[in-house]
Parts: sequence; structure tokens; C-alpha cells
Amino acid sequence: MSLVIENVAKTFGDHAALDGVSLEARQGEFLALLGPSGSGKTTLLRVLAGLERPDQGTVRFGGEDLLTMDARARRIGMVFQHYALFRHMSVAQNIAFGLEVRPASTRPSRTQISARVESLLALVQLEGLGGRYPAQLSGGQRQRVALARALAIEPRMLLLDEPFGALDAKVRRDLRGWLRRIHDETGLTTIFVTHDQEEALDLADRVAILRNGRLEQVDTPQRIYEAPASAFVFDFVGEGVQLPGDVADGMLIVEGWRTPAPADAAPGPVMMSFRGVDTDLLPPHAEGLPARKISVLQRGGSSRATCEVGGRTLVLEVPQSLAGLGFEVRVAPRTYLLHPR
Amino acid sequence: MSRALSLAVAAKARKPWRKDSVLPGFPLALGITLTWLSLIFLLPLSALLLRPWELGLSGFWTVVTDPRVIAALRISFGAAALAATINAGLGLLIAWVLSRYAFPGRRFVDALVDLPFALPTAVAGIALTAIYAPNGPLGAPLAELGIRIAYTPLGILLALIFVGLPFVVRTVQPVLEDLDREVEEAARTLGATPRQTAWRVVLPALAPALLTGVGLAFARAAGEYGSVIFIAGNMPLRSEIAPLLIVIKLEQFDYAGAAAVGLAMLALSFTGLLLLNSLQGALARRGRA
Amino acid sequence: MTGRRPSPGSLALITGALVVLGLIVVLPLIMVFHEAFRLGAGAYIAALKEPDAWAAMHLTMLVAAIAVPLNAVFGLAAAWAIAKFEFRGRSLLITLIDLPFSISPVVSGLVWVLLFGANGWFGPLLQDLGIRVIFNITGVVLATVLVTLPFVARELIPLMEQQGADEETAAITLGAGPWTTFFRVTLPNVKWGLLYGVLLCNARAMGEFGAVSVVSGHIRGLTNTLPLHVEILYNEYDFVGAFAVATVLAGLALVTLGLKSALEWRHAGELAASRRH
Repeated sequence: MSLVIENVAKTFGDHAALDGVSLEARQGEFLALLGPSGSGKTTLLRVLAGLERPDQGTVRFGGEDLLTMDARARRIGMVFQHYALFRHMSVAQNIAFGLEVRPASTRPSRTQISARVESLLALVQLEGLGGRYPAQLSGGQRQRVALARALAIEPRMLLLDEPFGALDAKVRRDLRGWLRRIHDETGLTTIFVTHDQEEALDLADRVAILRNGRLEQVDTPQRIYEAPASAFVFDFVGEGVQLPGDVADGMLIVEGWRTPAPADAAPGPVMMSFRGVDTDLLPPHAEGLPARKISVLQRGGSSRATCEVGGRTLVLEVPQSLAGLGFEVRVAPRTYLLHPR
Repeated sequence: MSRALSLAVAAKARKPWRKDSVLPGFPLALGITLTWLSLIFLLPLSALLLRPWELGLSGFWTVVTDPRVIAALRISFGAAALAATINAGLGLLIAWVLSRYAFPGRRFVDALVDLPFALPTAVAGIALTAIYAPNGPLGAPLAELGIRIAYTPLGILLALIFVGLPFVVRTVQPVLEDLDREVEEAARTLGATPRQTAWRVVLPALAPALLTGVGLAFARAAGEYGSVIFIAGNMPLRSEIAPLLIVIKLEQFDYAGAAAVGLAMLALSFTGLLLLNSLQGALARRGRA
Repeated sequence: MTGRRPSPGSLALITGALVVLGLIVVLPLIMVFHEAFRLGAGAYIAALKEPDAWAAMHLTMLVAAIAVPLNAVFGLAAAWAIAKFEFRGRSLLITLIDLPFSISPVVSGLVWVLLFGANGWFGPLLQDLGIRVIFNITGVVLATVLVTLPFVARELIPLMEQQGADEETAAITLGAGPWTTFFRVTLPNVKWGLLYGVLLCNARAMGEFGAVSVVSGHIRGLTNTLPLHVEILYNEYDFVGAFAVATVLAGLALVTLGLKSALEWRHAGELAASRRH
């Protein structure tokens, strides 16, 4: 069952949180909604969960119109940013809640429910902690309880709002791989919201990048990284430098450096984007962008230099042969992207 | 075209009166709230607001400028203001001691602070009278010194201090507990004496809460009846409080007159609270600047 | 809260605070019991066994049993609407709910007389129908309800605001219906706060004097609550009787304080933040 979002818009006061978003997710896909805060990613997630009603647009899931359905009836599992665990219920009671509140006709029996709770506890690796209360758990454990609770209702789709947002860096990394495994085991269409590009690129099958309520790009992590559709996406998904320049007469001119422009580049003002990993450090008389070396960090066999290029900071690898270079240097990107300015 | 445009503008200008929510029960909950509030509070209140005018404007004026009424209002509100001021000091002291020092029985003492909230006013009234009557355990020695408390305005003041004390303690105490200790320690490292720290760092931070507490104590004291009537002596023009005058007028079936005094009390109460509020607003602005 | 060992200066402050509390708060309490037993335990028990005192006790409990649940339901409804939803007029509503606290109890009684008394707006109508409100239990209940209106609401509103709507929202995404959500998620989370509000509401309902005094008519054995009975006995110079009945009310106050403190200590996290001390 695939998810089809078409032209969804939502305004709060005079702020357009979502401004005509269309997006599809295949059955079983792991999709990340990535963007800075205020980009509309959480609003989109809440629309899917039925917690927010869009002003316009359609949301269909397996051919069914989701927007006409109550949040209650959608059977979409949601993991909230701060988990929203029921603080007066034990872990097991939290997980069982969604089953116990079903009408008697569809409610599983007591033994079925406790069996399901046990298997979910095993799935999220919290065996034996069913009797604990949320206040007695660590952040990572709470996160897993929240996930188990959402999975208990056998959801048709799983939504996670900043699933690692409230955790410290080490726990985040551990849980990341674990969440991916859970996704692969359950085969659920999963959509998660994050503002952490590394997390999105690491984890998702595809990444949808939002900015000011609009989709900037939807693509695989690799494509997003290698072929960002806009200067914004480039800037958001990795460390790099963007410099203004001009294309004229088949030449690209940036910071006084003239180099043949790519054949498909249209003349006019452009933004040149490149990353440190794609950039060579050159002696001061070579062809390239003028740069100033600020510091060098020796690490194992290689060293990394921090340079200032056109007022921006760029970190790049320094080959042993050039370690002795002075203050004034040149840098030249092997590959770069041009976006109209 | 222009109509469509104006509709669009209207739609944009009209903000919804409530934000969307998936939670159920808003109409029911608000319905119960408004119905109950209207029946129990707003309808009766409207009677208080409207009935005095049966006397006409001049009749209303005659009632509230009657020397006995003026004297009663002055006693109720004057004593309330004085009691609230005294409670500011006493309450601050108690809140400070409870939040800053560990001593045996601190929790018990903390619980006792609320006794004036919990003790019915009539009980407090007869107990205070028994203590301070000329033959009472404190009244007798004081009488020998020539000080009379029961059956004088001093008795009224005492009763009002009793009922108002917890308000100040309970509004100041949480703020004092939350007050960042580091700010005080910073003041100390900058060379401030404990006294300077208290006056120039702690007290300004407490001022808004202190004013709230004083306001609550004042409002409560101005309308107080039960704890006062036993100890006051109730001499017209001298120790008769405004609420008692309402009771007396009701006993004479002078509803409009009673309502006029009630309305005057309400107006004075809100004027007082408004003054405190604007003072608090001024403090808050200063705090932001 | 805790901290330094008391220095001589702080010792003086502690002593000062204890003396103030002792003189203003504790001494009256001791006086109540002292006066009640002035003529011995026999006279004390006799005063309490008196039929009018029993009738007053019954009426007091009856009035509280009606007023407190009504205001508890009101408080829950008001807190649900105010704390879980955003709507225009929300802060005005909070102000209105708090307002009865700043009104003289006598005025809270007076307004009912203005409505239902012999010269009241609905007085003649009620007289034709043969219904008595003023100088009757109904009036006592109405006055008590008005005076105790804010107690539960003002405890629950900040508490529910603090807790937010996350858990309810989660319950709904898990398929829970409105009443299930309320009874299984919201109510358990606020139960101690609710109990706290009910406790204070009950103490005031049983102890209210001014408002009830205006509407009751002081009819012995019929519309006399315990506090009113204290006044009657006192005015009749039956001091032992007055103080004996007063000990019942003082005992109620002490029980209330004890339970209240127990709630503050044991369930601090489940009360509104301002109650934690």
C-alpha cells in the first residue's frame, strides 16, 4: 500500500506551514522528512497522523482517502518527539493500551494481549522491564517503549517525530541502526522527521527536504548528496562552501579565478557550491581560488587544513608533499555545482 | 473578481476563535463551564450590579455617602490595607525562614502556615476574642498596660492579619525556592554584604510575587466577616465593618441599600487590585528593560 | 530548599518567624481546645451531644456533599476546556473563575437574597409557587457553591496545562475514544491534584460562615450549619458549647491540613508546580 500526498497546504494564522506539498512513499519504504525547524516537516507528519487538518490537498493510502478518517480510525502508529508515554502506567500497560481500548468485539483476549506485549518487549529489547514506570527508564528506553506502543496496534504505517531528538549523541547512533533493523523486520512504510542531515542520509531509503513549507528535493541519500537540486539543499546536507560568481562567454569567474564553465551552464550570475573532500590544496602560484590557511591538524598519516575562501571556511585534506605550504595558498574544486543566483 | 477577492480577504482576516485540536470534548466541557459559571456566578452578580440603581443615581449616592457607610468602608478597607502591609513583612519573614533554613519541625511549621485557610472564620473569630478579651490570657496583661485589642479597631486589624498571612507566604515561598542561588552567590562574590544581597538582589526578584500575595491578602481582608465580627465590638462609626452593614440592611429588608454597599465594596476592591496590578506591571517592565 | 546550618543571625530570623506563627496562628487553635474543656470533659461531651449540634453537623455534611461534587465536575470541565484547548477569551474565563475569591463572603450571600429573597427578582414568583430558597437549605447550598466555585478549577488548570495534551493525543492515535482517553489517561494523571482541590473545597464548604449566615436565617435544627451554630451559642454566652462545636471544625481543619501536607510531600510531582514546597 503506497502513500500519495497531493498538494497539501496548511496555514497557521498568516504563516504557511505547508505550501502545496506533493509526495509519494512506496509500500515498505523508509522515508525521511528533513528540514530546518519551521520548514513544515512536523506539520506534514501530523497531517498524516490525523492530528492536523490540512486546508487543501489529498492524502491517500492504499487508495483510501485518509483525510476523511479520524486519527483514531487510521491505525497509523505515531512515535512522538517527547514520547508522550502515559506516566501513570507501567511499560507493559503503555504498550497494551492501544489493544485494550478497542471495542470488545475486536479486542484481543487478555492472554493474547499479554503475549503481544511480551513479544514487543522482546522486539525492542526491553525484556523484563514491563513492570517499570516511564520515570524509571532512561531516554533511550523510553524511546523504545514509545515505539513498541505504536507497533502494538499493528499499524499500517509508522510515523516518528524527531525519534532521536531528545537523546545524547552515543545513544542516537546505537538506536539508529536498531531502528533500521526494526523497519526491515516489520516491513512497515515508515516516515520520520528529523533536522539532522546525517541521520536522514544514513538511515532512509529516500529523503524529502522541506524548506518554508515546500519540497526542495526528494531523492535517495546518494543523489541528495551528489546532486543537490538547489543551493539550499547543498548547504543543508553537508559541509561545503558556496561562493557567488558569473558565467560569461563559456567561462566561470569566481573570486577572480577564471575557469572554463561546464557546457550546460547558462550565462548569468550563479552560485558555485563545492565540498572540502572534492577540493585540492595548491601552492600560491597555481590556478585556483585564493585562500588563506588558518590551521592544520595532524591526524595519523594525513593532515587536514582549515582554510578561508571568499570569507567562508573550508576543511580539506593536505597531501604530505604540501604540508610545508605557507599562509597564502590556492584551492581548486575538482567537482562543483552551479545553481542560478 | 473583486467579490472573490474581498471574500478571500475576509477569509484571511477572520481568525478562527479557537485552534484546531484532535482532542474531543471541547463543546461539552466549555458548555458545562459557561452554564455553571453563568448560573452560579454571573446571574447573581448581575443582580448586585443592577439592583442598587432602583434607588436612582441620587439615592445610590445618598446610601454610599451616609456617614455610617463611609465609616464602615473606611474601616474595612483601611484595616485591610494596613493588615496586608503588615503581612507583607511577616509573610516575607516566614517564607524566607521556611525556604532558606533547615531546622527541626520545619515541615510541621510549613503545614501550620495554612491553618488560617483551613480554620473556619467563625472559629478563628471566637478564639481571637477569647485571647484578647480584657480577661483573656493575652488581653488581661495588655489591659494592665492600657492596651485594649478586643472590641476596638485593633482587634479588627489582628483578625485581618490572621486571615491574610498565608496568602503572602504561599505566593512568595515558591518564587524564593526557585530563585537561582547562583545569582545570590554572584552578588556575594562581587562583594555585596548579606544585607545588600537581600535588599538589592533577592527582594526585587520577589517583588511581583509579594505584590500578588499582598493583593490577595487585601482582597480577602477587605471582605472578611466571620473572624472580625466577634472581636470588633461592632460600634457604628468606630468598629463596624462594611459586610456587617450589609447584613444589617438585609435584616431591615433594604435590598437596594444592601446591594449599594456591596457594589461599593466590589468597586473599591477592584480599584485596589487594579492599583496593585499596575504597580506590578511597572515592576515587570523595569525587569525587562 | 535546605541548606546552611543556622548562624546566629538566621537563628534570630527563625525564632522571629516561629514567634509570629505561634502568636497569630497556633495560639488561637490552642485557645479553642482550652475553652472547650474549661468545665471538664463531661461538659464538653454534653455540649456535643446536644440535638441542635447534631442537626447542624448533619446539615453541614449534607451541604458539602452537594456542593463539592458539583464544583468538582465544574472544575474538571473548566480545566479540560482551558488547559487542553486554545481559544479566544481563555484568559478572561480564567479571571472570571478566580473572581469569587476576591468577593466578600457576605456579598456572595447577598446576591442570592437579591435574586430569591422576599424582595428579590424571583422572590414573588417563588412565593406563588410555594418554593423557599432563602432561609432554606437551598439557599445555604447555593451560597456555599458560589463561595467554593474556584477551588477545584484553579488547582486543575495549572496542573493540566503543565501536563500538556501529548498523552491524550497519543491515546487517540492508538485508537482510544473520548471517554476512554479521559478516564484512562487524563483522570489518573490529575487524580492527586483533583483530590487536593476537593480537599480544600470541602474544608471551605464545611467552614463557610459569612455567605451562609446571610441566606440561612439561623433557624435552629433546620438551616443552621456548624459555623452558624457556633455563633448562636457564643451570642447566647454558652461559651463551652460554642467552643466545643468549634473543636469539631478545628479538628476538620487539622485533618485537612494533615492530608494536604501528605499530598504535597508524597505526590509533589502530580500537583501543580506552585504546590510543591
